[in-house]
Order: sequence, then structure tokens, then C-alpha cells
Amino acid sequence: MTFLSPLLFVGIFALVAYLSNLNNDTVRTVNVMDESGLFIEEFVSSSQLQYKIVFDTTLDEAKKDAEENQVYGLLYIPKTEDLGALSRGITFYSKDSPSLSTIGSINNMLEKKINALKLREAGIDSEIIKKLHIKISANQETFGGQETSKLGSGLKLAFGGAAGYLLFMFIIIYGNMIMRSVIEEKTSRVIEVIISSVKPRLLLLGKILGTTLAGLTQFMIWVVLIFILMAVASSVFGIDTAAASPSQQMLEQSVDGGAQKMVHDLMLEINNLPILNLIIMFILFFVGGYLLYASLYAAVGAAVDSETDTQQFMMPILMPLMLAVYVGVFTVIDNPHGTVSQVFSYIPFTSPVVMLMRIPFGVPLWQQLISIVILFLTFFGTVWFAAKIYRVGILMYGKKPTYKELFKWLKY
Amino acid sequence: MKKLLEVNNVSKTYGDYKALNDVSLSINKGSVFGLLGPNGAGKTTLIRIINQITMPDTGSVILDGEPLKPEHIKYIGYLPEERGLYKTMKVGEQALYLAQLKGLSKQEARQRLKYWFDRLDIGDWWDKKIQELSKGMAQKIQFVVTVLHNPKLLIFDEPFSGFDPINANLIKDEILKLRDDGATIIFSTHRMESVEEMCDHIALINRSNKILDGRLVDIKREFKNNTFEIGLITPDHNNTTSLLKEKFEMFPANFKSINDELQYQIKIPDGHSPNELIGYLTSLGQLTHFVEVIPSASEIFIQTIQKN
Repeated sequence: MTFLSPLLFVGIFALVAYLSNLNNDTVRTVNVMDESGLFIEEFVSSSQLQYKIVFDTTLDEAKKDAEENQVYGLLYIPKTEDLGALSRGITFYSKDSPSLSTIGSINNMLEKKINALKLREAGIDSEIIKKLHIKISANQETFGGQETSKLGSGLKLAFGGAAGYLLFMFIIIYGNMIMRSVIEEKTSRVIEVIISSVKPRLLLLGKILGTTLAGLTQFMIWVVLIFILMAVASSVFGIDTAAASPSQQMLEQSVDGGAQKMVHDLMLEINNLPILNLIIMFILFFVGGYLLYASLYAAVGAAVDSETDTQQFMMPILMPLMLAVYVGVFTVIDNPHGTVSQVFSYIPFTSPVVMLMRIPFGVPLWQQLISIVILFLTFFGTVWFAAKIYRVGILMYGKKPTYKELFKWLKY
Repeated sequence: MKKLLEVNNVSKTYGDYKALNDVSLSINKGSVFGLLGPNGAGKTTLIRIINQITMPDTGSVILDGEPLKPEHIKYIGYLPEERGLYKTMKVGEQALYLAQLKGLSKQEARQRLKYWFDRLDIGDWWDKKIQELSKGMAQKIQFVVTVLHNPKLLIFDEPFSGFDPINANLIKDEILKLRDDGATIIFSTHRMESVEEMCDHIALINRSNKILDGRLVDIKREFKNNTFEIGLITPDHNNTTSLLKEKFEMFPANFKSINDELQYQIKIPDGHSPNELIGYLTSLGQLTHFVEVIPSASEIFIQTIQKN
């Protein structure tokens, strides 16, 4: 599974991309009945949307005709005295409710045309408006002279967020794996055979280390596959990988002819990110955070008899993790170096996620190191705690323990 | 005789619950030691202490002259009552893994597995998954895994559960053969007829305390109370019965016989011998049956527990 699941993920991604491409292959025909005669020139058919102009019929006949010929829909534009009434009178008839993209593009086109018509009515040339439109983007620079930009902030957020979220997912996925393996040994009753040969603490540590290494291996596979995926995606689907960033698309629309510069800027921003720092810290925080949580997951597995019983004990594990993600997302966006984000990037139960989110914004190395040290020290604490629960729990069958009983187990 | 295992004054408490209270045992080399007791008496706790799964609060365990230490696990083979194997793992793979945990090299383990698999006629299961096997079949694998590393001390907790009579017999013979080859066996079970058949020595644990310990024959000798089962053909059964009842403490008896005879258990009063009883009985009629009543392990078990 370690190797298979990333492959599966990529496979599904490719399948979805392929299917959505396939989905767009169908050509939709829309009949247009334009009584006002204002829009005739605007309806330019594309490969996916074809317009057919109908003349000299009544609305009822046109509707009947559209239904019989099974066209996608009928767009009716009435003839009115003024543009205001016109805009309210436009109706799209169809068998089912039309797809959002189709109706969206039709609305867009009509809106533009009506706007232009209104401007002309008011005696203003739309070309003048275009010329008057000025895009302002204040140059951002740190005191150190490093250029910063909104684009850069977005990128940092994206990278940090992705790293933090990925870590969160890894902890949950691999934590569950270790918990299931403990439960399996318990329910199959193989556990007593095993621990007559191996000390429970060693078995627990072996499990944790084993799954950590499996997790790291999978992470590496992910990294490699993501690069391959990006390359494949850009060649097969003709997407320029660099253009995938939404902020970049946004800017591309507002500034004409600046696409070249954008790509250049983007590359520059990516180069400015502490990628190496991020990757190394991801690995360290993954190992630390995973060790921390895996030992707790193992303790939960040992305390119960079946996976259905795990619910009540999962809450205390999932809460800090969720908290980390939310705190990370909301406070880091606002102020990556604010008090709350700083504090949470030291608390060992939230630090892996929150610190990873902060790192792209530039966190001093000493802060990162302190956080790592606290994390690993806490790990020794939780592993001690987990080993106690584990040692007792694996040999207890039947009754689901309460928190009070778990507490008692610590003293056995 | 040389001791293989000595348990000295072991106590163990879980929270408020005392699982073992000052229990001492000594087990001879090459014997089959029956560890008996009702459910929840503390047997499993004691076995787990011997296996170093749990540590005693006080007291010590000596294996072959040395205090128990982690390296000793390879001298001990343990078949727990709550046992199982990884269901989705293949038989051979799993047996190799478990053998290696006991310190065998992979090669050595493979060789010995081949020997045992041939011996128990299960060689063609090597590539099967445990979940494809029946319970009895899985138990055989479990048995092999337990004895594979030639342990000095073997601990079997209900070894026959899940076996049909034929396989139970096969396993019993294997256990006895292991003893003959020099292994010492601790045998915990509720099946008293197996105790009768196999054990040299027994200890009885009840409510965390050891309440009985000794060679099975000695214990039986101790528990017999000079009672004899008799069969007597007389001209007048009623008359004879009342005559006997005046003289002796009598209990009803019921054994298979071709004769129509009086059947009783008679307790000989202190200071008299069986010969005197025989003399008296033959004077009353024809004696067809005269056997000393020896308590079974099961009776000893029930009596002792009830008294306790």
C-alpha cells in the first residue's frame, strides 16, 4: 500500500482530468431568438457551444421547435423600448436546468454588450473607459531590500498551508494505521505470543518506527510523483503548470501582455521561498509530530477491542490536530509572526502543523530548533505514557475501559 | 531431583486487586507440572510472570539456577490460552517470523519447521494464509511455533482446546515426547482427565493463593480415606445391609457387574486394616469386588476448592 496509494491517487487524478475533458467534448446547441436584433453579431459559436439564430417565428413555435430538435436550450431576447426592460426580459428556456458554465458565459456576453450599449446611449465611448482604467500595484520591498509582493505572500501561504495540511493528513492516516495494527494483534490474540518473545515497549517502538519510515518513504514517493504528475499534466493536457496558480491568472487578466513577466516573477518568488528549509523541517516535524501522535494512537488501539470502540478516545487526539490546522490557517494568514501563531508553533501538539505553515514566511532558525527540541522531548513523555497504557491494554479483553481506568493502568 | 524453575514468594497486585499472594512453586526438571485452579484464580498472572510479560511486585523467579532475565525468553515456549496468529499472513512466513523472535536464525528455523511440518503432516500448508485454515489446523501451527526453538521450559495453557480427539491425542503424545527428550512442562487446564493422564506434579491455586502442591500420587494418598468399594453376594441383602450399617460408615456405590450383589463404599474405622474388612465380609457372603477408592484429580480439585 505504501507504494500503491500515491500511484492510485495519481491515477484517479488523471482519470478525473480525462473524464472532465471527455465531458466537455459534447457540443451544446443553443437556439437564439433575438427580436431586438441588437445581439446577432455577438453570438460567436465555440467548439463547445454553438448558437443557431432563429428568425420569423413566434416564441411558442420556437420553444416547440427547440424541444423537438432536442437542442440544449432556447435564448429569448424580447424587443423593448429601453435597455433596462430588455435586460429584465431575457429568458433562457431549456429542458433541464442549464449548466452553470453555459448560462454563465451567455450572461457574461449579454452583460458586456448591454453595458456597451448603455454607455453609447449615455454618449461615452467604451474605448475611452478602457484607456482610463489604471491598474496600480505598489511595489513591496522588505527593509533588507528583498522584493516582496502579493503574489509572493499567496505563494508562501500556499506552500506553508500545503505542508501543514499534508502533515496533518499523514499523521491521521499513519496514526490510524498503527492503531489498526495494534487492534488487529489484539483481536487475533497473537499479542500474547508476541510479547512472550518481545518486550511490549520494544514492540510499540518498533511499530512506531516502522510506520514512520513507511510514512517517510511514501512522502518521498509523493514528492517524486508530484513532479512527474506536473510534467505529465503539462504535456498531456496542455496546461502550463506555472499558470495553474489562481493569483497568477487573476493578474494575467488585469494586465495585458504581462504574462511573460508574470511567469518570470513567479519563478523568482518560488526561488525566494526557503524550499530546502521547508523540506528538511517537514521531515523533522513529520517524524517528531508523527512519533508524538503515533504513540497516542497506539495507546488508543491497546485500550479498545475493536475499531468501533475507538471513537471516544479519538477526540482528545483529533482536537489538538484540528486546532493546529485552524489556528494555522486563520492566524498565519493574518500575521505569520503574531503572538498566537508563535505560541502555537511551540506547543508540541500543534507545532508541527503551525510551524510548517509559518516557515515560508521566514522563521528564525533558533525558533524552529526550539520547537523541534520541545517536540522531541514531549515525544519521550507520550511514549512513556503510551507504553504504560499499551502494556496493560493489550492483555485486557472484553470491557471498554473508562478514562478513570486508563489512569489506573498508568500505575500498574 | 534438580529444579528447573523456582518461584519464590511471588505477589502481584493490580490496583486494588491482589492477583497473586505469596505464591511459591518448585518444578522438577523433566516433569509435567499441572497448574490448576478455578477461573480467575491467578494462574495466568503467574504464567505471565514466568514469561516476563509482567513483573512480580515482590518475590523472585529462578530459571535453571539463574534469576529470570530477558535472555531467558529463548528457553521458554509459551502457548497462551488466548492465542492466535496473524490472520492474513502466510503460515510459513509467520512461523519463520515468530521463530526468529525467539532467537533462531532464519535458516535454522526453516529446517526445524520442515521437520515439524512433516512430522505433523502439514507440509503443504506453508503458503496458505491462517484465515484459510480451520481452528484446529491453526492450533497445530501454533503448537509447532511454541516448541520450535527447543525450549527447556514449555508452558501450555489449555493446549487441547480446539482439537478433535484424534489431534488432541496426537498433541498429547508430542508433549509427552518433548518431556522424554528433556523438556520441563507446565500444563494448565480445566480438563481433569488430562491432568490425571499427564501430570507428575500438581499445584492448585485459588483466589490468588496456592492451596495445594505436591506429587499427584502423594496428594492422592493424602486424600484417600481408607474407603473401599465392595461387591458382596449374600442370601439376604437387606439383613446384611443393616448388619454392615451398624458397624461401618457406608456410602452408596455403583459399578458395572454381571452379578446381582450388594454394592457399597465402606470406610474402614481408624485402627483397622483392609484385611480385617475382607475377613469380615467373606464371613457374610461371597466377595466379588474389593477396590480401594482413590480420589480422582477432579474430586480433589472440587473438595479442596470447596473447603477453601
